[in-house]
Amino acid sequence: MEIFGDWTLRVVALGAGLLGAVSGFLGSFAVLRRQSLLGDALSHAALPGIALAFLITGSKATVPILVGAAVTGWVGTLVVRLIVQRSRVPYDAALGLVLSVFFGLGLVLLTVIQKRPDAAQAGLETYLFGQAAALLRADVIVMAVVAAVVLLVLMLAWKEMKVLTFDRAYGESMGLPMARLDGLVTALLVVTIVLGLQTVGVVLMSAMIVAPGAAARQWTRRLGSMVTVAAGIGVAAGVSGAVLSSVVPRLPTGPTIVLILSGVVGMSLLMAPERGLVWRRLQLGRLRRRPRQEPVLMHLHALSLQHPDDPEHGHEVSVLRTMNPPDTDVEGALTALAERGLAGADGEGLWAPTELGRREAARTLARLDLEDAR
Amino acid sequence: MDAAVVPAVEVEDLTVAYTGSPVLWDLDLQIGPGTRTAIVGPNGAGKSTLIKAVMGLIEPVAGAVRIFGKPGREVRGSIAYVPQRATLEWDFPTDVLDVVTMGTYGRLGWFRRPGPSERAIAEAALEQIEMSSFAHRPIAQLSGGQQQRILLARALAQDAEIYLLDEPFQGVDAPTERAIVRVLDDLATAGRTVVVVHHDLQTVAEYFNHVALLNVRIIAAGPVATTFTEENLRLTFGGRVGVLAARAGSV
Amino acid sequence: MNPEVEILLIAVVTSVACAMPGVFLVLRRLALVSDAITHAILPGIVVAFFLTGSLTSPLLVVAAAATGVLSVVLIEAVHRTRLVAEDAATGLVFPAFFSLGVVLVTRWAGKVHLDTDSVLLGELAFAPFDRFVVGGADLGPVALWMMSGILLLNLALIVVVSKELKLATLDPALAAVLGFSPVVLHYLLMTAVSVTAVGAFSAAGSILVVALMIAPPAAAYLLVENFRPMLVVSAVLAALGAVGGYGLARWLDVSIAGSMAVVCGLIFAGAFTFGPERGLVSQFRRRSAQRVEFAARLLAVHLLHHEGTEREDVECAVSNLNVHLGWSEPAVGRAVAFIVARGMTVDKGGVLHLTEAGRRFAEDLTAGVAQPGSV
Repeated sequence: MEIFGDWTLRVVALGAGLLGAVSGFLGSFAVLRRQSLLGDALSHAALPGIALAFLITGSKATVPILVGAAVTGWVGTLVVRLIVQRSRVPYDAALGLVLSVFFGLGLVLLTVIQKRPDAAQAGLETYLFGQAAALLRADVIVMAVVAAVVLLVLMLAWKEMKVLTFDRAYGESMGLPMARLDGLVTALLVVTIVLGLQTVGVVLMSAMIVAPGAAARQWTRRLGSMVTVAAGIGVAAGVSGAVLSSVVPRLPTGPTIVLILSGVVGMSLLMAPERGLVWRRLQLGRLRRRPRQEPVLMHLHALSLQHPDDPEHGHEVSVLRTMNPPDTDVEGALTALAERGLAGADGEGLWAPTELGRREAARTLARLDLEDAR
Repeated sequence: MDAAVVPAVEVEDLTVAYTGSPVLWDLDLQIGPGTRTAIVGPNGAGKSTLIKAVMGLIEPVAGAVRIFGKPGREVRGSIAYVPQRATLEWDFPTDVLDVVTMGTYGRLGWFRRPGPSERAIAEAALEQIEMSSFAHRPIAQLSGGQQQRILLARALAQDAEIYLLDEPFQGVDAPTERAIVRVLDDLATAGRTVVVVHHDLQTVAEYFNHVALLNVRIIAAGPVATTFTEENLRLTFGGRVGVLAARAGSV
Repeated sequence: MNPEVEILLIAVVTSVACAMPGVFLVLRRLALVSDAITHAILPGIVVAFFLTGSLTSPLLVVAAAATGVLSVVLIEAVHRTRLVAEDAATGLVFPAFFSLGVVLVTRWAGKVHLDTDSVLLGELAFAPFDRFVVGGADLGPVALWMMSGILLLNLALIVVVSKELKLATLDPALAAVLGFSPVVLHYLLMTAVSVTAVGAFSAAGSILVVALMIAPPAAAYLLVENFRPMLVVSAVLAALGAVGGYGLARWLDVSIAGSMAVVCGLIFAGAFTFGPERGLVSQFRRRSAQRVEFAARLLAVHLLHHEGTEREDVECAVSNLNVHLGWSEPAVGRAVAFIVARGMTVDKGGVLHLTEAGRRFAEDLTAGVAQPGSV
């Protein structure tokens, strides 16, 4: 393809793709551990760090800015933990508090920077929504290194990561170093988010973490395949979003990637086999097409109660049909009930509940009464 | 208890407190090797806390826990823990056999992946709890009783000396309860020590040979026959004694 | 009116208007809904602005607020599928809405005077330029009128349904039994949050509205125990945050909205640190005072426990206590000194014995096992 001949575009696409891969790896675990919104707080908390790093060093060099972002992002997570541990303010409020107040601080610092005579500050705002076009070769190399580290950690500590995610207390009880691994994973998440700020921006980085994992979960049954599919989705969305926003004028990178990801998530929730809503609807239809036996049994029971001396007094199928909605498959239901030994027909085709069927119906009635009483 | 026998679990002067108020208060408890002990007490008595303290998952304010005479940290591998199933997230992408294989992770150590021998151990554990046909079922599709059984199978795969079970009979179906009891019998036959947080007073005498009555402190502990008395239950459960005494009398 | 005073007034009214629904959000564990709504209203604002050409048109408020409520409906629908957890549902839906809004804004950037920075960050300093003029008479800034209206709406909502909201917050099941549909109340609250967010965003921007909605109520939650005082204290702290933020912004010549968020954050930090009952400092003081007393109580119970047993000489020997209780020697020393000084224990040849008073004390402690901490 012609556009991939463009050197800048290749760098940009590679960077966004790597970011997507790492986000997919780590995001899968964040989604499973219900830490989806931690990324949101973390990325917002990085903003004052970006501004501080610029104020201190006076340059827009990538590394000090990323270090600054990582430091305040990390502080943000510590503050959330401190608030939750030392007060009755709930977790969600602590997250919201940290993300908005840190962001406000970042904004104050940005307006301080804007007043400085050196015009070098132009471009710091791109951290809000990201600007993949500004990615440099050095940035991509850093991303590649982080991706390699994350992959290495996952490969070496795969079984420990699995236990940490599914049942942390059990891992601790076996003596696996869960706390240390948790710290390592959080640190890697901080680094990933900070790297993503350049490409996707502060506001939307959290979606980059959540969406690939949430989509991948729908298509997979194993952790390994979930993580792989999530990384694949991240790469695809990152590359296509970056390319699209480079080719189409005035299309910001971050929102484009997030919209692509949202489309993938929506499709996954609808279409995924076994779990997706469409699939479930089809299953439901299949269930519904099976004749519903319970109402017919209840009607048989009700009829038999009218003959206390002869509970197995037979009844015409037509009587049962009048008791049910017109489209009910009464014969099918009766056949199914007969197979289960709950009802039977005499030689003249008259139906009655068996002893077992009457007991089953009485039990159902008792349960319904109980539910009504609640 | 024979003084020469080293207790499997020895809790001495244990006090655990959350934010200043004690949940367990100066606890002494000895659990002999090979016994089956029920830990019984009202809600908030500190039953789960005691289990966690025995495993070394919480730091006590005072006192110590010893496993076969050694500090808990040194013998972590010899304790298998079965948590309450409701505390876990079951929409996790994996199958039954994989969860059971987790029981072997502690022995494997860092970096080593489970291989065929670990797989065989897990399959044997599933067999023991009568869940072999579920080996490749995603865990998201299990019923509550099946979830409980695979958590027990995971502990079996750990092949530990001591089994700590937190409310394993909570809300399970009758076949599961029978299967769990059978496993507890197997463990007793193999000389393993079993400690179970239990809430059903009617089955205490049937399933266990020792009982510890707990309400922030140990009210009484010892063989079921001599310890599980109406008087001790009254001391443990306080006000609601009428119903409880009637139940205890029926055992 | 002096524009400075006008800005300050707008700041205060906006801040208080945000704090009112915020109280319910914090209490109902819905704090992050404010984050979702303030982001999700963006596409509504953009489209309505494109149609009406005004940021203060009532149509815009309605359309944008509807988008906010729609996002909540969608989050709940996604969560109800049970395919993803609730936090993930939130984290999936609002970025999608927000991205759509940003793309719309950027694509139409040439056609409308609306840019992403002002949506995200807000600029209070410009608020007085848009005047509310009726028949040639200047009645003040539109933003002030709009936010005052929203504040009144929020207050009216609280007065009318505060009993029901409180009940639905504390006990949803009971509320439903008594006939107050929790769903209706929930969406009333969500509508209030959306309308407030739309009104406030031009002054404070999407993200800082979150600070105004959460920080003052969270601080009040640490300062007072009851619901009604919490509303009042939240309003007062919100007003303080606005005034303080405005002052800070004037002093340093920086973003007003950013400063308001920072000052609200500082107010929370103050309550978190120095709150009279729940603050860190008083927690620490209470704990260090309690530690010795608690240790002494524990020691008394320990002595009672082993009184008259054959191992008493071992268990109750001062020199062994550090081993048996797992305490440091100074900690044992302090506890022993405490309990001996109060005449509860005597030291006989290195072994502690309870006095009659000490025995009663320890027995009382263990008798009241349900609340051992209350003695």
